[in-house]
Amino acid sequence: MAPLDLTPVWLTLQLAAVSTIILLIIGAPLAWWLARARGRLRAPVEALVALPLVLPPTVLGFYLLVALGPQGIIGGPLAALGIESFAFSFTGLVIGSVLFSLPFVVKPLQGSFEAVDAGVIEAAQTLGAGPLDRFFSIILPIAKPGIIAGAVMGFAHTVGEFGVVLMIGGNIPGKTQVVSIAIYNHVAALDYGAAHILSLGLVVFSFLTLLAVSLASRTGRPW
Amino acid sequence: MIRALAAIFILAVSLPSGAGAGQTGPLIAAAADLRFAMEEMTARYKAEAGGGDVRFSYGSSGNFYTQLTQGAPFELFMSADEEYVFRLANAGLTRDKGALYAIGRIALFAPRGSALAVDERLSGLRSLVASGKLSRLAIADPLHAPYGRAAREALMRAGLWDGVQPRLVLGENASQAAQFASSGATAGGIIPLSLAMAPTVSKLGSFAALPAEWHNPLRQRMVLLNNAGPAAEAFYRYLQTPAARGVFRNYGFTLPEEN
Repeated sequence: MAPLDLTPVWLTLQLAAVSTIILLIIGAPLAWWLARARGRLRAPVEALVALPLVLPPTVLGFYLLVALGPQGIIGGPLAALGIESFAFSFTGLVIGSVLFSLPFVVKPLQGSFEAVDAGVIEAAQTLGAGPLDRFFSIILPIAKPGIIAGAVMGFAHTVGEFGVVLMIGGNIPGKTQVVSIAIYNHVAALDYGAAHILSLGLVVFSFLTLLAVSLASRTGRPW
Repeated sequence: MIRALAAIFILAVSLPSGAGAGQTGPLIAAAADLRFAMEEMTARYKAEAGGGDVRFSYGSSGNFYTQLTQGAPFELFMSADEEYVFRLANAGLTRDKGALYAIGRIALFAPRGSALAVDERLSGLRSLVASGKLSRLAIADPLHAPYGRAAREALMRAGLWDGVQPRLVLGENASQAAQFASSGATAGGIIPLSLAMAPTVSKLGSFAALPAEWHNPLRQRMVLLNNAGPAAEAFYRYLQTPAARGVFRNYGFTLPEEN
C-alpha cells in the first residue's frame, strides 16, 4: 500500500482555520445585532442565517457553483475583470464553508450576547466606560464561553463538510480535496485501509471537539 | 485557551498549500474506469519514460464536462465518452478535438458468495431475475456516466432492463458502481472491464466481459484544455506510445486503429 497522503488533512485544517476566522469576524456583529435588534428585519435575518441548518448542502453547493462560475452573476463580472473563477478553488471552498457554517457560529454567539444584561452595560456607561472599554471589560468576559463554543463549532463543522465542498470544490487533489472527500475517494478506489485511518481520525477529532464544547459550556473553560 | 486556539490557527494558515507527496504536476480529470490502469500507467511513465508527477481526479465524464464548462483547472481530460470532448472543443475550451485512446468494454461482476452466476450472455442474471431473488444490481448512473449508459444498453439488449430496473443501485461514477458491486452489499453489478480486471477488484469475486456489440462503443477520447502546460502535453504524448497502449490493453481496453 502506498503511504497515506496527508495533504487532505493539512488542506482541511487550513480551510477550517481560515473559515473560522472569517466566521468570527462576520458572525460577531451579526449575532450582536440579532441579540439586540427588535425591528421587523430581525426575524427574516435570523431565518436566513439558520437556512444552512435545514437545507441539503447540495442546494448551497449548486447555487454557489452557478453564481461563482465564469457565466455566473458573481463569477461573470469577476471574469470580465480578469479575476480567475472562484469555482474549484480554495477561495471558493472558503466562501462555501463560511456560508454553510454560519449558523453554527452565530447561534452560540447570539445566545451568549443575549445573556449579557443590558443594565450592567448601562451602568458601566453611566460610570464613564467608553464603547471599547465596555466591550472588552464586560461583554467579552461574559460572552467568552459562547465565543469559544462558536469558534470550535465553526471549525469542527467546516472539517466535517462534504456536500458543499464536493460541488463547489470539485475534488481536486492538493487544491480542494479535503479529508471528507479523500475518504469518499478511498472508498471508491476500494482502499478501505486508507479510508479507515482518515475516518477514525475524524471520529476521534469530532468526539474531542464536542467534549471540549460540553466542558466549556459547564465551566467556562474547555480544558 | 484563546492563545491555544490562535496558535492552531496560525499553524494551519501558515502551512504551505499542497504540502505532501504526489501533489505536484498537472491536474488530470480522468473517467473513473481508468483509476487502476492509470496507477500502473503513471508508475511506468515515471520509471520507463522519465516522466514527472501528474495528479488525477477520478469521476464521471459527465460531471467533469460540467466542471470544465464552469472553469475547473484541469489540463487534460480523459473522457469515457468522446461526445463530451467534442462538446468542449465546440465551446472553444480545448486545444483541438483530442485523440481516441481506448475503447471500453463492460463486464458483469459478482462478489464471492453472491447468488449471481456470471457469464457473458447474462443467463445467470436472467434466471436470478426470473426467480425473483435478485437483491440489488449496481451500475453507474446512466444520466451522466458513460459506463452506466452502456450497462443500461446491454440490459435492454438482453431484455432484462424492465426486470432489473427496480433492483438497481446507481453509483455516482463507474468506480463507485464497482465498489457497490464488489462490496458484497449487492448481488453484483455491470462495471467497466478495466476495473473488474484490476487485482484490487478481481480478487473480490468473478466477472465475465459482455459482448462488445451489446452497447454503443465506449469511445474514450482525451483532450488537452487551453491552459495545458508542457508537463500535461508530455503525458498526453506518452499515452499514445506503444508502451502506454500496452497498459490499456492489459486492462481489457480495445485499442483504436493506429493513425
